[in-house]
Amino acid sequence: MENLVAYSLVAVYSAMGVYTIAFVLFTIDLATRSAASTDAARVAPAQVAPASSLTAEAAAGSARGGTSTIERTTTARASGTPVDAPIGATRFQKVAVALAALGWLLHLAAVLTRGIAAERVPWANMFEFGLTATALGMGTFLGALLWKDIRYLGAYITGFSLLALGIVTTNFYVDVVPTPPPLQSGWLVIHVLVATLATGFFAIGAGLSIMQLLRSRAAASKAEGLRFVQTLPGASALESLAYRVNVVGFVFWTFTLIAGAIWAERAWGRYWGWDTKEVWTFIIWTLFAGYIHARATRGWRGDRSAWLAIIGFSAVIFNYTVVNLFFKGLHSYSGL
Amino acid sequence: MEPLRPSDHIDADALAAEQREAAIDARAAADGADGGDARGASAPIAQPSLGPVGWLRFAWRQLTSMRTALVLLLLLAVAAIPGSLVPQRSADPNGVSQYRVDNPELFDVLDALQVFDTYTSVWFSAIYLLLFVSLIGCIIPRTLHHARALRSAPPKTPARLNRLVGYRATDAPGDVETALEAARAELRRRRYRVERYGDSLSAERGYLRETGNLIFHMALVGVLATIGFAGGFGYNGQKVIVQGETFVNQLGSYDSFNPGRFFDDALLDPYGVRLDDFEAEYGLDTTTGQVQPLDFTASMTVVENGREAQRTLKVNDPLTVGGTNLYLLGNGFAPEITVRDGDGDIVFSEAVPFLPQDANLTSIGVIKVPDGLEEQLGMIGFFYPSAIQLESRALSSVYPEPDQPVLTFNAFTGDLGLNDGVPRNAYALDTDGLTQIAGREAPADPLVIGLGQTAELPDGLGSVEFSGLQRFVSVDVHHDPTQTGVLISALLVLGGLVVSLFVPRRRLWVVATATDDGVRLEYAGLARGDDPGLEAAVADLADAHSQRLAPTLET
Repeated sequence: MENLVAYSLVAVYSAMGVYTIAFVLFTIDLATRSAASTDAARVAPAQVAPASSLTAEAAAGSARGGTSTIERTTTARASGTPVDAPIGATRFQKVAVALAALGWLLHLAAVLTRGIAAERVPWANMFEFGLTATALGMGTFLGALLWKDIRYLGAYITGFSLLALGIVTTNFYVDVVPTPPPLQSGWLVIHVLVATLATGFFAIGAGLSIMQLLRSRAAASKAEGLRFVQTLPGASALESLAYRVNVVGFVFWTFTLIAGAIWAERAWGRYWGWDTKEVWTFIIWTLFAGYIHARATRGWRGDRSAWLAIIGFSAVIFNYTVVNLFFKGLHSYSGL
Repeated sequence: MEPLRPSDHIDADALAAEQREAAIDARAAADGADGGDARGASAPIAQPSLGPVGWLRFAWRQLTSMRTALVLLLLLAVAAIPGSLVPQRSADPNGVSQYRVDNPELFDVLDALQVFDTYTSVWFSAIYLLLFVSLIGCIIPRTLHHARALRSAPPKTPARLNRLVGYRATDAPGDVETALEAARAELRRRRYRVERYGDSLSAERGYLRETGNLIFHMALVGVLATIGFAGGFGYNGQKVIVQGETFVNQLGSYDSFNPGRFFDDALLDPYGVRLDDFEAEYGLDTTTGQVQPLDFTASMTVVENGREAQRTLKVNDPLTVGGTNLYLLGNGFAPEITVRDGDGDIVFSEAVPFLPQDANLTSIGVIKVPDGLEEQLGMIGFFYPSAIQLESRALSSVYPEPDQPVLTFNAFTGDLGLNDGVPRNAYALDTDGLTQIAGREAPADPLVIGLGQTAELPDGLGSVEFSGLQRFVSVDVHHDPTQTGVLISALLVLGGLVVSLFVPRRRLWVVATATDDGVRLEYAGLARGDDPGLEAAVADLADAHSQRLAPTLET
């Protein structure tokens, strides 16, 4: 068992090493896109935008995109070019995705060995939660790549995971200890797993919303700024993609809240008691409910709703870090 | 019919425009078909130039608008924050008392602002009540509207399909009737509601989206209403039960009790619960040397309606009896203490619960002997389940199980204050005005007694025997009539949410026009709400339709 714990840590460090390289390559890719975008913009500005925004435009929820977009999509699909679009994927990006996937396998191995060593689910303290949450976040990102080309989020996601893994391994690390009686429940598996999944989706949603803000800012100012932004899908396409991701996160979060209440009733004798963690779960739920409404409210769609998604995800991070460590409450399972 | 939306809903614009267009088309076609119900979603808010009724209507409209609901939602999120920063009376009353000691001035300000009762405060309540009024004001008209929509046919086909999503046109052989029949069959198969207008079909699906949306919002109201009404009939209380002792569910038996607003004694079901045995399991963390609890099991006998039954109570596994749930909150030791007077007659004999102070269950307890001795006797005791003596000669417990149980007492004599009618905390001894007769600051040393041993009190006052050791559990007894209602509502919230977010509401149209050598077919769609799959749906319909017409195709 001791060995497995050690292997798990080795796997975490290896995953971090691979993620680091992936992160660097993703960043180089963004930089190269900047260069390419300026070249391309000089030559044929009209061709760049449609090609890179194809898939996302097709996905754009708002059907009011107009006929012209749709026709472009159809043509491009027919010729089978979307993936090989001029600035769609650089060499760096392809290698980065492969490395991210490799890092994720190592990461997954770390999670599994930790769970086997502990003889329970690997999310019973902050270190384990951080380890598993980043694995699920990366997994969600890699899974989402099969569905949509959001490789431009690679730098953000790998960077974020890397940072989180660094913090949990150095600051939150605890050895495997037996589960205390309050955590001995099937709800530990369900409640925390779904919360982790929700966190993964919110992370990707926030990344898309950040890109959306950069994009709409770039479009508004037409100034220099970050040039890779020009190669991203349009702001409204990013927004509708972010919305679809966040909405899944919101459903998971709603489930987390309900499952947590059921468990709280079993463990603490009441389903809701405004414990600090409950309060923040509620705040996050309300923020994302606000986000969903904002997207349907005139004057709030666009930048404002994007900000709400980002604030919502920040609250998730705050809930995991500051609330766990510094607020007094019943969810004192950090293991620290 | 369109789902009804507040006037500042993002769809409202498009709807209004579309309905105006539909109305024009309808007039042009002069076939009297209704373009759709325009109420609520029609014109932008008109400037109120009316009297009080107009203003009321205006205010109501503002309250039920999307923007107001959104602002209230965000306000609610912000207003919930203070309750997580400052201890709350409901969850942590001791924390509130401590806060008062630590920050007396700030305490008064915050208390006046009801920050220590954030979630029942005037301002928090005002926000969520306004939010719910706004919500109800929004969903009632929408529900009525949706009920009508469910019974009405899809709207008339727009005149210019090519402006809509996924527009495509193809030529097919055959005639208009055959083509439309095939299209109708294809749409039916996809569970669309289909209506024919002239040489076109108008189809709509996904009414469940609005149904789910309404259920989601109604269920939220359901959660609040259940808590508001049923919550008043609940109660909860705490009780320490010593091994061998039976707790009877009566008002007088509780150590502390919190009734709901509409509570009545008659709500208490008079069952009895006895603690037979308690087992704790511990593990040792080899790296830190700390003791960790692994499992707690209380074996109970439940007496209900004259029948006895054996049950177990564990953390995370409450015991349900007589409409209440019993939760295992804590546990500890209750040493049996026998006090005799100078002549050897027993004046006190009881198992007294000692409250645990640390992970190794070093515990503190208080013994009060008001009668039988020359003077009233009060003792503050420490209990060490596995006692060792430190170099400082102080005792310490090294393990939470009774391997080497030792009791120590500081004894006091004087007026315990039990006779003046003021309620006293059984777990505390007010030593003001008492004389310490044994202890650090007394002539005699503290009493140190091992299990089965007896120690003499100074001056021939009597003796104290540690005659036995029992365990106790502290249980929380809850009767919460809101649970079922809230659970059902919560599941409806989740179900409604999933349906309203992931069922696409969409319209499809097929227009057939006779040409020289066959029929020209046009297809298009329109999304209500987010619908990323609409274009694919139009394409899919067109392809399937062509397939159906294929046998008659000549190439």
